[in-house]
Amino acid sequence: MSEVKNVLFSPIFSNNPIALQILGICSALAVTSSLSVSLVMAIALTSVTAFSNLFISLIRSQIPSSIRIIVQMIVIASLVIVVDQILKAFAYEISKQLSVFVGLIITNCIVMGRAEAYAMKNGPVMSFVDGIGNGLGYSIMLLIVAFFRELLGAGKLFGVEVLTTVQNGGWYQPNGLMLLPPSAFFVIGLVIWALRAWQTNQVEAADYTIATNSKMREAM
Amino acid sequence: MSSNNDSIKKTVTVALSLCLVCSVVVAAAAVGLKPLQQTNKDLDRKQNILAAADMLDPSRSIDEVFQSIETRLVNFDTGEFATQAELDEAGIDLANYDQKAASKDPATSVALSAEKDIASIKRRANYGIVYLVMNGDDIDRIILPVHGYGLWSTMYGFMALESDFKTVIGFGFYDQAETPGLGGEVDNPVWKGYWKGKEVYNPQGNVALGLVKGAVDAKDPNAKYKVDGLSGATLTSRGVTNLVHYWLGKEGFGPLLANLRGEGA
Repeated sequence: MSEVKNVLFSPIFSNNPIALQILGICSALAVTSSLSVSLVMAIALTSVTAFSNLFISLIRSQIPSSIRIIVQMIVIASLVIVVDQILKAFAYEISKQLSVFVGLIITNCIVMGRAEAYAMKNGPVMSFVDGIGNGLGYSIMLLIVAFFRELLGAGKLFGVEVLTTVQNGGWYQPNGLMLLPPSAFFVIGLVIWALRAWQTNQVEAADYTIATNSKMREAM
Repeated sequence: MSSNNDSIKKTVTVALSLCLVCSVVVAAAAVGLKPLQQTNKDLDRKQNILAAADMLDPSRSIDEVFQSIETRLVNFDTGEFATQAELDEAGIDLANYDQKAASKDPATSVALSAEKDIASIKRRANYGIVYLVMNGDDIDRIILPVHGYGLWSTMYGFMALESDFKTVIGFGFYDQAETPGLGGEVDNPVWKGYWKGKEVYNPQGNVALGLVKGAVDAKDPNAKYKVDGLSGATLTSRGVTNLVHYWLGKEGFGPLLANLRGEGA
């Protein structure tokens, strides 16, 4: 039981796919300008990761190693198309906003990474849990980034006005930069900083150290 | 076990059966969800027509508001509304007319020569749909479906004009796949708002409306023919200008609008 808990929750903070493994950055920049879109993207990615892990784990003993990456891609791609079709049928507006990014889940490194690193070696149930866990890790980062971007960029949360903007006769001058993708870099960077200040074991060893200044007498 | 898995026979079997299973799943999802997706698309199209005409009313359902809109077909050659007799002769049922399909069929469309085809649409149907908002016997607003090629995709949209048939009420696209964040900004409500009140035709009767690089200078005497271009999306901006010029020009709805203006004045 503790193993399930570990697999499920460790990707959220102690082994976060975005903050520690630096995977899936592309979509974290692209879809985080509003919370509702991010939430749908997070759910879509979590379900794709979980089910692709499950199916790949189920057939893992049958997969020839020479074509294993292709097999993983086929499973992932099929799931993504199914998710895209479901979104178009039940959440049309949001599927229009997500446009190509749902299709791009196929290329999201988290999905492939978990299939190759975990599902190929572990049982179906644990693989499913691992997929959910990593999806949650991705989701929480996405929502944190989207929270700051939507709040500071548009003065809204989930489309509801929180800070009344100048355009609507309020006091808040929205920061347009926050609506542009590069701002997600700043937010992700700050989150990584905060995370590593809290969990110091995530700090990587420095590649080199700067030599201390030479003493006055030696330099003469 | 792994050596067994790596035999050629096993590899081919696994690959084939996996492809079979996956294709069945994908096909089932696509076919099974098609009706729901179609309903969504229709609703979205109606909503965009109403949005272009500035008629969206949150207190009423889209279908309810849409009932006040009259759908008519235009004969592009004569620049007149098609009469019922004409449609019967051509074998067209107004309720089920699919302009997209008609523009692909050589029997119901014309191929455009390179110099005429500024919007890169290749073929144009003989009959085009227009939506009218009537006020008694007079046309209050007219909503014209337009499309043309941007950078990656054909963009489909609606332009609504006032009863003078030259002042824009609203403009927007309902189907496009331009770069999100750059060309995709054609869906930005602020940008769409710039179109309101712009004029399509200059005093000589030619289409003058188009996008310009950067922001429009309000002091420019021609500002009413100019809309801010989309930054970082030169080709999409050009595509938008081209499709406006095509569809409101003499190959598109130009003759119809000229007729209507002549009658009105």
